[in-house]
Amino acid sequence: MTDMTVEADVSSSEAAPDRASALRFLKMSDRAFHWMTFLAAVFVLALLGAIIVSLIVGASPALSTFGFGFVVNERWSPSREIFGALAPIYGTIVTSIIAMLIAVPVGLGIAIFLTELCPMALRRPFGVAIELLAGVPSIIYGIWGFFVLAPLLKETLQPALIDIFEHVPLLNALFAGPAYGIGMLTAGLILAIMILPFITAVSRDVFQTVPPVLKEAAFGVGCTTWEVVGNIVIPFTRVGLVGGVMLALGRALGETMAVTFVIGNSHNISASILAPATTISASIANEFQEASAGLYTSSLVALGLLLFVITFLVLSAARLMLMRIERKTGG
Amino acid sequence: MNISSSMRAAVLAAGVGLASASAFAADITGAGSTFAFPILSKWSEAYKKETNNGLNYQSIGSGGGIKQILAKTVTFGATDAPLKAEDLEKNGLLQFPFIMGGIVPVVNLEGVKPGELSLDGVVLADIYLGKIKKWDDAAIKKLNPSVKLPSADIVVVHRADGSGTSFNFTNYLSKVSADWKDKVGENQSPEWPTGVGSKGNEGVAGSVAQTKGSIGYVEYAYAKQNKLTYADMVNKDGKKVEPTIAAFQAAAANADWAKAPGYYVILTDQPGAASWPITASTFILVYKDPQDKAAAGEAVKFFKWGFEKGAKLAEELDYIPMPAPVVALVDKTMGEVKK
Repeated sequence: MTDMTVEADVSSSEAAPDRASALRFLKMSDRAFHWMTFLAAVFVLALLGAIIVSLIVGASPALSTFGFGFVVNERWSPSREIFGALAPIYGTIVTSIIAMLIAVPVGLGIAIFLTELCPMALRRPFGVAIELLAGVPSIIYGIWGFFVLAPLLKETLQPALIDIFEHVPLLNALFAGPAYGIGMLTAGLILAIMILPFITAVSRDVFQTVPPVLKEAAFGVGCTTWEVVGNIVIPFTRVGLVGGVMLALGRALGETMAVTFVIGNSHNISASILAPATTISASIANEFQEASAGLYTSSLVALGLLLFVITFLVLSAARLMLMRIERKTGG
Repeated sequence: MNISSSMRAAVLAAGVGLASASAFAADITGAGSTFAFPILSKWSEAYKKETNNGLNYQSIGSGGGIKQILAKTVTFGATDAPLKAEDLEKNGLLQFPFIMGGIVPVVNLEGVKPGELSLDGVVLADIYLGKIKKWDDAAIKKLNPSVKLPSADIVVVHRADGSGTSFNFTNYLSKVSADWKDKVGENQSPEWPTGVGSKGNEGVAGSVAQTKGSIGYVEYAYAKQNKLTYADMVNKDGKKVEPTIAAFQAAAANADWAKAPGYYVILTDQPGAASWPITASTFILVYKDPQDKAAAGEAVKFFKWGFEKGAKLAEELDYIPMPAPVVALVDKTMGEVKK
């Protein structure tokens, strides 16, 4: 390309060397830019690698002592130097599931309302309110959850749940008392509120990418709004939707401060979602400062590594799911 | 023995090099117990006014304080759980108590005012073991025939972080309940069989204030400042006592400090009709042969000043100053720090 232009302009001979050097400079700067962006990308990779390596190094004393038992053992006893991560893993997963069960339908509902049904004048205020919710620091959610939500749940929702399901098999174990106020359900609710804006904002944005002509065609053949959303909007945007949901799940898995306030910080596994529990990040936040060197600290680092692995597995599972859907639909 | 003396020599050699540099750094550094933080900051404020020497204290928890002094990053460490004599010997450390406080069970029960409820060690242990689940349990009723107790679930609140307060509390429960000793034992972060965890004294105080039907344990100052409903305790002599400064002091007076190497005395379950059963002291750790002799000298001066003039300030903050005979002993111990 460059050669061609130089040859074509050969008639104006005294300008040629000038142009050649200018082009060389452009080529150099282009290359420099290429390397700079490349280095930036490599830097992120190296950083990620360094974090993984340091986590593995820090966790290795605990992992070599307890082996696979670290993941399946419930007992967490700093005094006897026995550490098992099952209780924090369980708490992390259960609170995230509760949060997703609430936040995904509600978040999608808000997004559908905002893009399809909401009167124009209300769209902006609603949208801004939800974005503001995303800007609230997690410690505020924690304090609010601890001082307002937990006492409220202890007096209202939790006793009601215990009473309603008292004689229903299975469900009575899931909602067994006493009502502590704080616990897995409260943590799940707080998490749901925290991730709601992520799901809403992302899904609203992707819903707006649906070509109007598709929707109009569907309305034209007599589809209801419900049918348009179910058959046109959601299938068209599923990749973006799954992305938004996974982003939210990632936040729910790793959320520390707000959860620490309301989870109850107890290393026990219990079937009841009203019971206090702990999560991986809450355990680390609570115990790292006072942990004695050696096995205790190493076990906490190993918890961090586990969180990393869980998040990675969730993201990979989401990717796999997307790939499978795309293959099926030929998209 | 050999290792420790050669280590000491190495430390001494390093210290000589540092001594001249540190002569300018008048600020004393310390780290550890969160319980001792308010009194240390109050003392250092008054001390600075008098002597122009400041104190930089990081309230990172007792475990952290021990870690920091072993790493030699601070002049002194402060811990609520004392080190055993052999650990002191091994690391060339001196240990002495400098302030005391009481640990108080606090409850949140409708219609029950501070001091109306009384508990004893076994009942407290059974509540924390999850064996006593309701407030109107026969064992609690027996201790409180005149109190109207609701048939509500007991919400047990304990510390989520490692803590000297938990150490002293579980030490007491181990002394009075064989069951507790067997199943849980004494520790800064024990395996709690039941209940919810909160971070720090303020966290437990907040949880109890928030939650109806709850019970927790906090340092006396937190119970008083948050106006929580404290419970009376039945002590070793079988007498009912209220948590007051006099009751904490009575527990300390009956303790035999002189015979305990490294002052390894845990003030729980002390004899005496007036003794509060869950009394605790905070200990200071310094090197016998410190790297930075000037700074260690300043630290010793600071604590001497505290013993002499700090008692009133301590009482203002609901701490208990050490009794005079103990101060005399500690004075001698502090003299052992090499200058």
